[in-house]
Amino acid sequence: MDALLLSRIQFGANISFHILFPTITIALGWLLLFFKLRFNATGDTRWMDAYRFWVKVFALSFGLGVVSGVTMSFQFGTNWPGFMETVGNIAGPLLAYEILTAFFLEAGFLGIMLFGFSRVPGWLHTSATFLVAFGTTLSAFWIIVLNSWMHTPAGFEMRDGVAHATDWLAIVFNPSLPYRLSHTLLASGLTVAFLVAGVSALRLLMGDRTAAPRLALKVGVYMGAALIPLQIFMGDLHGLNTLEHQPQKIAAMEGNWETRANVPLVLFALPDEAARENRYELSIPNMASIILKHDATGVVPGLNDFVAEDGTRLHPPVAPVFWSFRVMIGTGVAMLVASFAAGFVIWRRGVDALPRFALVGLAAMSVSGWVATLAGWYTTEIGRQPWLVTGVLSTKQAVADVPAPMVAGSLALYFAIYAALLAAYIGAIIHMARKTSKADGVVMVAEPTRGVALPLAIPAE
Amino acid sequence: MTLFGDPTVWLPIAFAGLMGLSILIYVVLDGFDLGVGVLFPLAEADEQERMIGSIGPFWDANETWLVMAVGLLLVAFPVAHGQILTAFYLPVAVMLIGLILRGVAFEFRAKGPSAHKAAWNRAFFAGSLMASLAQGFMLGLYVLGLEITSWTLAFATLTALCLTAGYAFIGATWLVMKCAGQLQRKAFAWARTGLVGAMAGLAAVSVATPLASPDVAARWFSFPDALLLAPLPLTSGMVLTGLWVALRALPEMPAAALDRLDWAPFAGAAALFTLGFAGFAYSFFPWVIPGRLTIFDAASAPESLIIILVGACVVLPVIVAYSILAFTVFRGKAETLRYD
Ligand code: HDD
Ligand code: HEM
Ligand code: HEM
Repeated sequence: MDALLLSRIQFGANISFHILFPTITIALGWLLLFFKLRFNATGDTRWMDAYRFWVKVFALSFGLGVVSGVTMSFQFGTNWPGFMETVGNIAGPLLAYEILTAFFLEAGFLGIMLFGFSRVPGWLHTSATFLVAFGTTLSAFWIIVLNSWMHTPAGFEMRDGVAHATDWLAIVFNPSLPYRLSHTLLASGLTVAFLVAGVSALRLLMGDRTAAPRLALKVGVYMGAALIPLQIFMGDLHGLNTLEHQPQKIAAMEGNWETRANVPLVLFALPDEAARENRYELSIPNMASIILKHDATGVVPGLNDFVAEDGTRLHPPVAPVFWSFRVMIGTGVAMLVASFAAGFVIWRRGVDALPRFALVGLAAMSVSGWVATLAGWYTTEIGRQPWLVTGVLSTKQAVADVPAPMVAGSLALYFAIYAALLAAYIGAIIHMARKTSKADGVVMVAEPTRGVALPLAIPAE
Repeated sequence: MTLFGDPTVWLPIAFAGLMGLSILIYVVLDGFDLGVGVLFPLAEADEQERMIGSIGPFWDANETWLVMAVGLLLVAFPVAHGQILTAFYLPVAVMLIGLILRGVAFEFRAKGPSAHKAAWNRAFFAGSLMASLAQGFMLGLYVLGLEITSWTLAFATLTALCLTAGYAFIGATWLVMKCAGQLQRKAFAWARTGLVGAMAGLAAVSVATPLASPDVAARWFSFPDALLLAPLPLTSGMVLTGLWVALRALPEMPAAALDRLDWAPFAGAAALFTLGFAGFAYSFFPWVIPGRLTIFDAASAPESLIIILVGACVVLPVIVAYSILAFTVFRGKAETLRYD
């Protein structure tokens, strides 16, 4: 294998590992603030119990996010020097602003948020929680600005093969930013909603009799049910925006080879790039034209338009984009069904009316947000190939001159460590869930059919 | 923007200054974190909890200065960033893996099953050690101009050991300040040993640098440049003597007096690191890769640098303010970390 391919795999592995944790911390920070504010307002200790449990998950996720993020910031130089040499004038300030405004803010107040509860006045602890949540969101904003700019570059000019900024507003608010940012933030919200619901369901399955996980389960399910319709709506808008700016990506996502009218929505197929057709296609007639053009006879671009005279492929590899897109959509639909069904039962008859299989299902969906998020990013990023920055810099031009065996060595090490850490992370969350299920907390006394359970405080051990 | 003269001259200098400041802050702040990690296996189990407690609220923010330094290198001197990090590919990988292990061990040792705690403790130590050694190794290679020969590798190995000793030293002085009783007494002993290593490191770099680079030699030993440099070794000598004496005298003092002066060794250690760094900066300015690339050749376009500089000038004071807040909230002797 050559250094290019290895570098791509290494970068992909690193960033895939990284995104798992920010996608949790971004929304979990806000959820913790919500728990804290509810506690401040009601004095109901169930909110504080929920806060105490989830703040530990937050700390764990944050730690993993930081260490993998530090790795990311070196990776730009070690594997992709061509990237900064060409677009450094634009990427540089964006990354610098992320560090200055976001990273320090999160890291600076994290200590107070985690360990300061009994050391600082309540308002300062609440403010620290707010600032950390705000910092993680700001961090997502800056990095998504950069990423969106790589997809839909704007506000710059090329001089001697180097990009120079001409209009910072146009760079920051580039055409795909609003869609990508809102879709990513919603994805974070959904990931946390299903994580909270899933781990709380797990605690109930482990025999936890306290009120906090019941409350958290309800919050998680309601949050999921509220966000998923928004997410599907935003995803649709995002797709329309991509159709305008990166039609070859949409063609790959849809598995559409010829530019034509009445394009069907392909549900299943094995895209075959050699033969340039889909095998075993299963599709709904006209549906893709309707979704993308809001008209059954709308013309949708096809992949064959993106092949140069000499046969060079100017569109992304089809199968990975096509399949990861379907994984994301499939997960999204599963989230819709699960959160609506569970939400309905909880709303009518309370958390304890959920049948066992529903709890098992929710527990299994704890990591559904991760699946959809990774699948979505693969769609987006592989769909940008062969470009690193659309129309400006190709991935091939950016790679470092590092000997392949060296990349292979570091890659193997990173893989081993990431696999171990992922196992440890999931193990630690399950361990915490089990430990808390057996420990103290507020126990349910009555089991009302609807509404709030009566909390009864029992002394801490 | 010609307010201060030619921006292609003063902007690279301003950014080199910012980057130097970030590296210095990183080396002092994460230096004590890593040092505490290196000393970790020498302590008893309950002492280890307090050691973790003394750095737990800070290490994340401290590590952010590394991100800042690399970020500035990346954004202000992209060409140098590419060359340095490609040349340091392996030591950087070792350092990153070390930082990963160190960072996650913090969390997992407390939150995972208690049967795994011993293993995470070892990971905490190993990660801190790997990161320290790798940083010292890179320092040695950098001083000698990034060339790889058996002699530069040997020298880099020496600096790796010395920087690790230096980190252990500043880590021990941190523990002197943050802990009491038996652990504090142990920390004094560790600091006395670490100081010897740190001194050896300073000496090694001071001898090797002018030998490796005639340019630096000229700056050090020619009149009148030597006069400019003279305060550095003199002050360093004074600080070293002060530390040497303090580390022996303080433990003998009555508890009340000790409590009032427990910050002194850490302050001395930080001053020592600062002086060493100043000498380093003085010798190598304006090179970003010694003998190969100056900051002026490597700098990005001025328009982009201005944008960052404006942001930095606004935000840095705020960062300093809330860092001070965090250090104030967690001042005093450290305890086992608790979430409530
Ligand atoms: C919980 C996660 C999640 C869920 C349920 C969905 N998505 Fe998504 N999707 C993402 C998480 C995500 C993401 C990880 O956040 C991506 C990657 C880049 C981005 O902007 O968002 C993404 C990318 C992405 C793109 C690629 C845009 C581009 O870069 O060109 C499209 C067209 C959609 N999504 C559309 C949808 C639709 C129609 C959904 C309806 C079911 C959907 N997504 C559900
Ligand atoms: C966090 C979610 C993300 C994931 C999971 C992800 C995943 C990937 C993957 C799988 C590739 C490889 C594509 C290929 O080579 O075929 C890639 C490429 C790349 N992405 Fe992302 N990406 C993410 C976000 C970002 C962001 C925010 C940036 C920049 C600010 C970025 C910058 C890059 C660069 C520079 C490459 C080129 C290297 C390459 O082609 O492998 N990515 N990404
Ligand atoms: C869509 C992609 C990304 C998102 C949403 C994202 C978001 C975040 C967030 C929220 C954090 C805070 C730590 C945490 O909560 O876990 C973080 C940490 C970090 N990220 Fe990313 N990131 C992304 C991609 C990247 C890329 C491409 C880089 C490399 C340039 C990067 C570098 C870092 C660094 C260095 C940290 C550590 C910050 C610290 O020390 O506090 N991230 N990221």
